[in-house]
Amino acid sequence: MKNKYGKITLDGLIFNNPTFVLVLGTCPTLAMTSNASDAFGMGISVLVVLTLSNIIISALRRIIPNAVRIPAFIVIIATLVTLLKLFLNKFIPDLYASMGTFLPLIVVNCMILGRAEAYASKNGVLASAVDGIANGIGFTVSLVAMGIIREFIGSGSIFGLQIMDFGISFFAMPMGAFMVYGICIALFVYILESIQRAMRIKKTKRLHGELLNGEELNKEEA
Amino acid sequence: MNIFASIMAILVSAALSNNFVFAQTYGICPFLGVSKKTSSAAGMGAAVTIVMVIATMITYPIYMALVALNIQFLEILIFIFVIAALVQMIEKIIKKISPPLYNAMGIYLPLITTNCAVLAVCEITANALVSGTWEPAFIAGVEMNFGFSVLYALFAGIGFTLAMVIMSGIREKLNNLSLPKAMQGFPITMITASFIAMAFYVFTMINVGGGA
Repeated sequence: MKNKYGKITLDGLIFNNPTFVLVLGTCPTLAMTSNASDAFGMGISVLVVLTLSNIIISALRRIIPNAVRIPAFIVIIATLVTLLKLFLNKFIPDLYASMGTFLPLIVVNCMILGRAEAYASKNGVLASAVDGIANGIGFTVSLVAMGIIREFIGSGSIFGLQIMDFGISFFAMPMGAFMVYGICIALFVYILESIQRAMRIKKTKRLHGELLNGEELNKEEA
Repeated sequence: MNIFASIMAILVSAALSNNFVFAQTYGICPFLGVSKKTSSAAGMGAAVTIVMVIATMITYPIYMALVALNIQFLEILIFIFVIAALVQMIEKIIKKISPPLYNAMGIYLPLITTNCAVLAVCEITANALVSGTWEPAFIAGVEMNFGFSVLYALFAGIGFTLAMVIMSGIREKLNNLSLPKAMQGFPITMITASFIAMAFYVFTMINVGGGA
C-alpha cells in the first residue's frame, strides 16, 4: 500500500509532471511566472483547488451519473474557485489583485479537470487526495522554478529581493515566458530521459548478470 | 473618442497589440493542441470566435442582472454554465442545419468549454462593466457598452484565429526539420511562439485616436 502512494507521488511530481511533461494548465504558467511570488501564489491556489476537487469528486464518484459527469465536475470546481476568490479577496488582497482574470480562469485549467476525469472519478478518496497534492506540488514547484528564472533575468531579483542590478525586460514579458517555458520543457525532458535510460541500462545489466550467473550455476550442476 | 476611432482602437488592441495568445496568453491549450494543420487551426479559430461573440452577448446582460441583485460572486459559476450550455447548443444546431460545417469544425466544439479564452473574454467585459473602463490601457478611452463588448469579443476571436493560423503554417514547415529529440513537439513550438510574440509586440506602438 505504501508503495502505491509512493508511485502516485513520484508520478505527479516528476514522471507525469503536469507542467513540463503533460504540458497542461499552460495559460497560468505563462501569465503568472513573471515573478516568483505570483508564481507561488498561483501554484498554491491550484494545489488547494485541485486537492479539494479531487477529494469531493472521488467521494461523489458513485453518485454522479456517468452521462453528466463533466458538467458536475465543472460545477464542483467552479464552486471551489468562487470560495477561493472570496477568500483571497478578503485575506490576501495583493495576490488577488496580481492574479486578476487568471483567478476565475482556474476553473478551466485543464489540469484540474484532467485529474478529476483521469484519476479522481475512478479511485478512492485517500489516493485521490494524495494524487491531488502530488500534482499540485509538481505544478507549484515548476511554476516557482520558472518564476525564479524569469524574475532573476528579467529584473535581477528573487522573490522581490534585489540581488543584482540588471534586467532584461524581455524575460518579464509574454514572449520571454514562451521562450523560458520552451527551454524548461526541453531541459526537463532531456534530463528525465537521460535518467530513465541510465536506469534501464542498469536494470538490463543486472538482469543480464543474473541470467549469466544462473547459466553458470546450471552448467556447474550439470 | 468618436465611434470610428473607438472601433479602430478595439480592433487594433483586441486583435493585434493585446492579442489573446501572444500578449495575454489566454487559450494556449488549443493553440498548442490544434495548430498542427492549417485547416483544423482555421476551423478551431472560427468556432472559438462564434462562441466568444454569442457568450459575450448572453453573459453581458446576465452580469448586469447579477450586479443589480448584488450577487456578483456567482459570476464564475454562471459564466461557465452559460458557456458549457451554449457550446452544446451550438453543436446541436450546426449538426442540424449544416452537416458539412459540422464535419469541418464539430469535433472542436466540445473542446471549447474548457478554452480559457472564452471565459476570459466574458470576465474582461464583466470587469469593464463594473469599473467603467477597459482593462487593457490601450482602449481605456473607449466607452463601455453592449455593442463595444460584442465587438471586442469578435476582434479578440479574430486575433485568436490569426494566431492559430500563423502558428499552424509554421508548424507544418517545422515537421520537416531534424531537431534534437528533447526539442521536438512542445519546446520548439513554444520558442517559435516566442518569436511571433516579439513580432506582435511591434503593434503596441500603434496609436489610434490621438490619445495614448
